[in-house]
Amino acid sequence: MANDLFNSFMTGPDENGRFGLFGGRFVSETLMPLILELEKQYEIAKTDETFWAEMHDLWTHYVGRPSPLYFAERLTDHLGGAKVYMKRDELNHTGAHKINNVLGQIILARRMGKTRIIAETGAGQHGVATATVCAKFGLKCVVYMGAHDVERQAPNVFRMRLLGAQVIPVTSGRGTLKDAMNDALRDWVTNVRDTFYCIGTVAGPHPYPAMVRDFQAIIGKEAKEQMQAAEGRLPDTIIAAIGGGSNAMGLFYPFLDDESVKIIGVEAGGKGVNAKMEHCASLTGGRPGVLHGNRTYLLQDDDGQILEGYSISAGLDYPGIGPEHSWLHDIGRAEYVSITDKEALEAFQLCCTTEGIIPALEPSHALAHVMKIAPELPKDHIICMNLCGRGDKDIFTVAKHLGFDMEEAD
Amino acid sequence: MTRIDAKFAALSAAGKKAFVAYVMAGDPDYDTSLEVVKGLPGAGVDIIELGLPFTDPMADGPTIQAAGQRALEGGMTLEKTLALAAAFRETDDTTPIVLMGYYNPIYSRGVDTFLADAKAAGIDGLIIVDLPPEEDDELCIPAQKAGLNFIRLATPTTDDNRLPRVLQNTSGFVYYVSITGITGSAEAQADDVAPDVARIKGGTDLPVVVGFGVKTPETARNIASVADGAVVGSAIVAKIGAGEPVGDVLAFVKTLADGTHAA
Repeated sequence: MANDLFNSFMTGPDENGRFGLFGGRFVSETLMPLILELEKQYEIAKTDETFWAEMHDLWTHYVGRPSPLYFAERLTDHLGGAKVYMKRDELNHTGAHKINNVLGQIILARRMGKTRIIAETGAGQHGVATATVCAKFGLKCVVYMGAHDVERQAPNVFRMRLLGAQVIPVTSGRGTLKDAMNDALRDWVTNVRDTFYCIGTVAGPHPYPAMVRDFQAIIGKEAKEQMQAAEGRLPDTIIAAIGGGSNAMGLFYPFLDDESVKIIGVEAGGKGVNAKMEHCASLTGGRPGVLHGNRTYLLQDDDGQILEGYSISAGLDYPGIGPEHSWLHDIGRAEYVSITDKEALEAFQLCCTTEGIIPALEPSHALAHVMKIAPELPKDHIICMNLCGRGDKDIFTVAKHLGFDMEEAD
Repeated sequence: MTRIDAKFAALSAAGKKAFVAYVMAGDPDYDTSLEVVKGLPGAGVDIIELGLPFTDPMADGPTIQAAGQRALEGGMTLEKTLALAAAFRETDDTTPIVLMGYYNPIYSRGVDTFLADAKAAGIDGLIIVDLPPEEDDELCIPAQKAGLNFIRLATPTTDDNRLPRVLQNTSGFVYYVSITGITGSAEAQADDVAPDVARIKGGTDLPVVVGFGVKTPETARNIASVADGAVVGSAIVAKIGAGEPVGDVLAFVKTLADGTHAA
C-alpha cells in the first residue's frame, strides 16, 4: 500500500514557524529576540519530563482533567441521526478550555524567571484563566481588554479584579479584542525584561500557534482514548467552534493523521457572511494577510486595512484565525463552515432543555452545525463536538436576544 | 546610489548630521498633508519619513495611532500615499522619501506591483516595522533588487549575536530605536544611546540615525551628536493632530532641524 508515502499532517510548523504559506514571525525587531528565546525555552520544556509532570499534576488536581466525554442521548434522539458525544471542557476550573494553555505558559514563564504576566482577552475567559493561574503562583497579572468588551462582560472584569489582576480597558482603535492584542504587544515591547506575554489562542508569532496547540492538544488526546473506551473506535466526525481557534486545534490535532475522521471547524457567521462583513468568518469571508505576528486569513478591505468582525459571541469576535487552521483549510484536511447568531441561539436553547447543560455561545456555534448534519447521518455515525465553555457568562446576552428582562424578573 | 546615499554623502562632506522628520501620509487630509510634506525640506529636513496608515500599528504610541486613524477616516490608502509622494517629487527631486509602515497593506497590494509603483512614485527606501530579518524573503530582498533601500530597525534588545543578522540586508542607513517601547514614549538619553550607536557602527559602514523618544530641539541635538542623525515623529505629528496651521508646524520642524544641525 501507499502508507510509506503518507505525509503526516502533524509535523508543522517548519523551522521558520510556517504551516505552508501561513504563520511566521512578523514582529518588530524589539520583540524578535524575545520570541526566539521563548521558542528555545519551549523546545527545552517540551521534551522535559518534569515540565509535563507539573502540567499533569495541575491538570488533574487544579483544573479537574480529564474532562468527561459525554454521550448526549436525548439530543441524539431528538436529532434522530448520528450519535452525538460532547467533550466536556466547560467543566474545567474557570469554565472553559482556556486554562489548559494558560497553565502551560505560566509554568514556562516561571522557568524563564519572568515575574509579570500580560494577556489580552475578548469575552474575558482567557483573562480570567490567566488571572487565576497568576493568583495561584503569586505573579503580577495585567490583562488588556477592549473598552467595549469591558462594558459588555462586566462579570468577568470583576472576576479578574477579585483574582488580583489589573484590567486595563483598551480605547485605542475601536476598543475590541484585536486592539487589546495590539496594546498587549505594545506593553511587551516596553517591558521586555520581566514580562511574559500569555497569548490566549493559536495565533501570534511563532512559537505561539504551535505552543498553544500543544497545550490544548490534551483535549483531543483524552477524547481519542475516551472514545476508544466508550465505542471501541475513532469518531467519524469531530467538530469545534473557532474564533482564534485554540479549542478546535486542541481537539483536531491528535486526529489529523486519522484519515477516517472528518474534521469540521465552525466560524461565527454573525448576521450572515455577506459583503456587509457582519460576521467573524475569516476563512469563509477573508483572505490571507499579516497581522499580530503571523500570516493567516483575515477580514480586511481592498487596501489591506483590518476590519472589525461581528458576532453575538465576544469570544469569536476576532478578524483573524490561527495560521494552522488557514493551512488545514487550504490543503483541505479540515472543512470550515459558518453558523449565524440565530442558529447558535437555537442550539444554545436546545442544549439547555435536552441535556441540562447551559453552553457558552462559542460552542453553541459548533452544536448548531451538529444539529444541521446529524439528522442526515446514519445512527452508527459518531460525532464528537467540543463543548469548550459554559454559558454562565452569556446569560445576559442571551436574555437580551430572547427579549427576557433580567431586571424585571428580579 | 539612491537619493538616501547621495544625501548622506553630501551631509558628511558638509560635516552635518541628518535630520529625519516623520509625518503620516494623509493626516489630517490629503491636501494639508501634501502641503506639510512639501514644506519639510525648506524647514531643514534632510530625509522625509512618510507614514503609511494602518489600522493596527503595533509599534506606535497613541499619537501616531491617532494620526493613522485620522488619515484612514479621511480616505487615505496605499495608492493615495504613493500619489502624495509622486506629487512631492514634481517639485523636489533630491530629498529622500522613506515609506514607514506595516506589511499588510503592501502584501495586500502584491509585493511586485507595490515595488514598481513605489519606485515610480519616487520612494527611495522602506522601513517596515513587522518584517524582521527572519522574513527577508517577503519584501527586503525584492525591494533591494528593485533599487529601493530597505532600512532596518536595530533596538536595545538586538544583542551582539544578533546584530550581524540585522545589518546583513540593510541599506541606506540603520535606524536605531533608542528605547524599548513604542513611538513617542520616554525621552531618549544620549548617554544611553552612544554605546549602542558605537556598537552598531562597529558592524557596518552605513550611517546610524536614532529615533523614538526624540521630542525637542535639545534632545535632537544631544542624540545627533552621538549618531549620524536624529528622527522626530510623534512631536511633529502631535502638532498636526492639534490642528495647528501648516506654517506653525513647519516653524516647529525648523527648530528641531536647527537643533540637529547644531550637533
